[in-house]
Amino acid sequence: MRKFQSLQLDRVALRFGGFKALDDFSLTIRAGEFVSLLGPSGCGKSTALNCLSGLLQVSSGSIMLDDKRIDILPPERRGFGMVFQNYALFPHLSVRRNVAFGLEMRKVPKAEVEQRVERALATVRLGNQIDKLPGQLSGGQQQRVAIARAVAIEPPLVLMDEPLSNLDAKLRLELRHEIKRLHHALGLTTIYVTHDQDEALSLSDRIVVMRDGRIQQQGTPETLYNAPDNLYVARFMGYRNAFAVRMDGPCALVGEGIGAMRFDGLDLPAGGAAQSLAFRPDDVKLAASGIAAEVAQVEYCGQLWLVDLRTADGTHVTMETHERVTMGQRVQFHVAPERIRLFADAFVPEAG
Amino acid sequence: MHQSELGQGAFRIAFGVLMAFIILNVAAIVAVVAVNSFGTQWFTGWLPEAFATHWYSRAWKEFQLGDVLWTTALAVGAVVLLSVLIGVPAAYVLARVEFPGKRFVTLLFLLPLLVPPMTYGIPLATVLYQVNLGGSLWGVILANLVPCAPFVVMVMTPFIEQIDTRVEVAARVFGAGTFTIFRRILMPLLLPGIMAASLLVLVRTISMFELTFLTAGADSQTLVVALYYAVFAAGIRSAQSIDAMAVIYMLTTLVWVLIAFRFIDPTQMVGKVRVQKSS
Amino acid sequence: MNGAVAGRDLRVLLLAPAVLAVLLLFIYPFAYGVLLSLKPPEGGWAANYARFFAEPRLYQTIGTTLLISLPVTVFNLLIALPMAYLLRVPSTRQRLIAAALVVPMTLGTVLVAQGMLTYLSPNGWFNRSLLDMGLISQPLQLLHGPLAVILSLVITGFPFAFLMLLSYVTGIDPSLGRAAATLGASPAAQFRRVYLPLLVPGLVTTFCLVFVQAFAVFPSAVLLGSPAGSTRVISLAAYEAAYEDFNYSMASSIALIMGAVQLAVVLLALAIRRAAYRGPASGGKG
Repeated sequence: MRKFQSLQLDRVALRFGGFKALDDFSLTIRAGEFVSLLGPSGCGKSTALNCLSGLLQVSSGSIMLDDKRIDILPPERRGFGMVFQNYALFPHLSVRRNVAFGLEMRKVPKAEVEQRVERALATVRLGNQIDKLPGQLSGGQQQRVAIARAVAIEPPLVLMDEPLSNLDAKLRLELRHEIKRLHHALGLTTIYVTHDQDEALSLSDRIVVMRDGRIQQQGTPETLYNAPDNLYVARFMGYRNAFAVRMDGPCALVGEGIGAMRFDGLDLPAGGAAQSLAFRPDDVKLAASGIAAEVAQVEYCGQLWLVDLRTADGTHVTMETHERVTMGQRVQFHVAPERIRLFADAFVPEAG
Repeated sequence: MHQSELGQGAFRIAFGVLMAFIILNVAAIVAVVAVNSFGTQWFTGWLPEAFATHWYSRAWKEFQLGDVLWTTALAVGAVVLLSVLIGVPAAYVLARVEFPGKRFVTLLFLLPLLVPPMTYGIPLATVLYQVNLGGSLWGVILANLVPCAPFVVMVMTPFIEQIDTRVEVAARVFGAGTFTIFRRILMPLLLPGIMAASLLVLVRTISMFELTFLTAGADSQTLVVALYYAVFAAGIRSAQSIDAMAVIYMLTTLVWVLIAFRFIDPTQMVGKVRVQKSS
Repeated sequence: MNGAVAGRDLRVLLLAPAVLAVLLLFIYPFAYGVLLSLKPPEGGWAANYARFFAEPRLYQTIGTTLLISLPVTVFNLLIALPMAYLLRVPSTRQRLIAAALVVPMTLGTVLVAQGMLTYLSPNGWFNRSLLDMGLISQPLQLLHGPLAVILSLVITGFPFAFLMLLSYVTGIDPSLGRAAATLGASPAAQFRRVYLPLLVPGLVTTFCLVFVQAFAVFPSAVLLGSPAGSTRVISLAAYEAAYEDFNYSMASSIALIMGAVQLAVVLLALAIRRAAYRGPASGGKG
């Protein structure tokens, strides 16, 4: 296995004609890290991954593995393992031959190939399917073979392009645990692309949120969960209550007139004057005294209720609570100031 | 997402050159026919001595092109109409209904497309002559139906399969009777496919030589068959008027091919028969 | 759900006209031809076939036709495969080339023959260019022989082979090639180890269709070849029997022999294919 210290993407950009698929993308990845690229479709996360793998050629910028420049190398010379969303298993080759493929390309001696193939398949717990064809396996099994194929070559880096998106919910969870377990067992540096916030949170050492080809914010899962830098990242991380805000002295005001919500003691944003505000549904707590609202809708979710509250001026606030409420009930709620985020971004209503 | 194209340089260049050479020569072969048809005399040199258009009026009279074109139009029109009329319902059934013997029926429709016309043309012509249809326009039409009706079936079946069946069921739930469903739901959805299939049948039939050759009589020849006879008897006819006729044939075919390109991707014009691309 | 009415599905009746057409116009003539071939004007039931394999002028047509159609098929496939592979990514260039190739295919062998008669004649542009460039000192005699027939079949048949192979190549999931690249396969290795094995079924099918078409060659052999001699193809023999000798029985026999040879070659190709591969052409779900 090629040991390395750091992988550096320096101002990588990719342009298709006039369209900037990736812009000013700079990222440093340390050996052993699990980094997720998170964002909706079209944000450039897969583009960034494909630049890393060599399947796309960068328009400008550079990619360095330690002190070696690799963006000029074709994919077959970079030596990174890659796992695809649609598995991309060779349908005419057995599981054994699929996993052996990368080793055969490297002209590894036969005996060693057999050994490493069996070890890789044992790692993903598919040793007994070794002679089947991909078409005979289920989706989850196929993806495990794809992972085995990528790790068998013992690459310095593994790239995963939304590997769980094609699986149903239960399998997704199972394989997510698998991937986490593998990362601990093998210690392989992993770059993982996903649009699923939960996957990113549970798997990553570091998350990079992207939008329109640019990095919006990068940090640990806790940082992104508790302290998103802007409205876009906040929304992506589940801050469902987002509003335009007016500052009245030290006080943040949402809405107009008597029914307006007032929030005190908030940290001001670094970028400029506060224009928008967001907080999580699970940070909305029922209180004896607070902001008045009426319960407009209640959804039972097993462990908790998802409640739609309507304040006096018609603003809707989403609340997650373990307390039972009924439609039309008048309540008061409170949000701890340290759980509310103020942003310099102008408020934009969510599309759709 | 593009496949990275590194490392194939020399190979691709060699191929590009070869392709350019082929296309250039083919274009020249086609062009020389046009050039000659406009020339007065051409014995030596790169181009004819002078240019004129009188060969066209000569060819028109000599080969009775007016009649031939009319016959071609009739024959082709009838083939298109009939093959769509019998092919589309058949395709509908193959796309929607499961029944015993379905695979056999599919094979039945596949066979006329796989066997070359010359092979089955002679037995077919024999039978047509037996029932006194040989040498007549109807003989030509019936013969051309053999490859064209199955072609329509094979083109339309995957097309219909793509139309969600639930659309029809939904219409029924809302109270539409079978005929209304056909008129207001199916037909509009089928129209693009029918148009594509018709254009392809049209082009195929205009240029279909063997079947028409074997079944046509003196006054039921299509343009391509008349052209063959003219080239065959080239010693007697002047080459330029033959070329004029050839240019007229080219134009009648190319006009429809170009119209077809508006609606059909050229890469799909052949594969439809065998390969269903899984989307 | 197929929207079927409960009970026997009457929609099957819609098949009737098309099935009838194929039965009457294709199956019946074939059966009739078989019977007719066994009733020659003189001699026993096998007299036609005996005569065919006794007269050199007749049985040699098989060899002549094979000598023309096999090279055409092999050449077409050899050139069309790399072409289709290089053009597998949808692009304007791909569509333009496909469109350019559709043209000679639709114009057909008759028109191409007429063009070749002028273009390749001793005075034609082709010879002129070669003479002017100093590559030859005498005009090449390209016409009225098997070479011209082969050329015309390639011109009209290559587009067909190319488009068929293109549809097979584009049917292969492109992420397979990408996966192979990330595992260390050079573009040549990607073709050899991933695309080629998956293309074998398509290659064999295309081979069969191209061969079968080429074997049935007729107008080119007459117009561009020497139909009495070196390009006396089997379809010509069948034609002569029917339209010059009015011996429909013999004509049917020859047509059946033609079909039999085509079938034999196709079966041989399919047997080779069965030995080569078993499985689908896409890579997992996608």
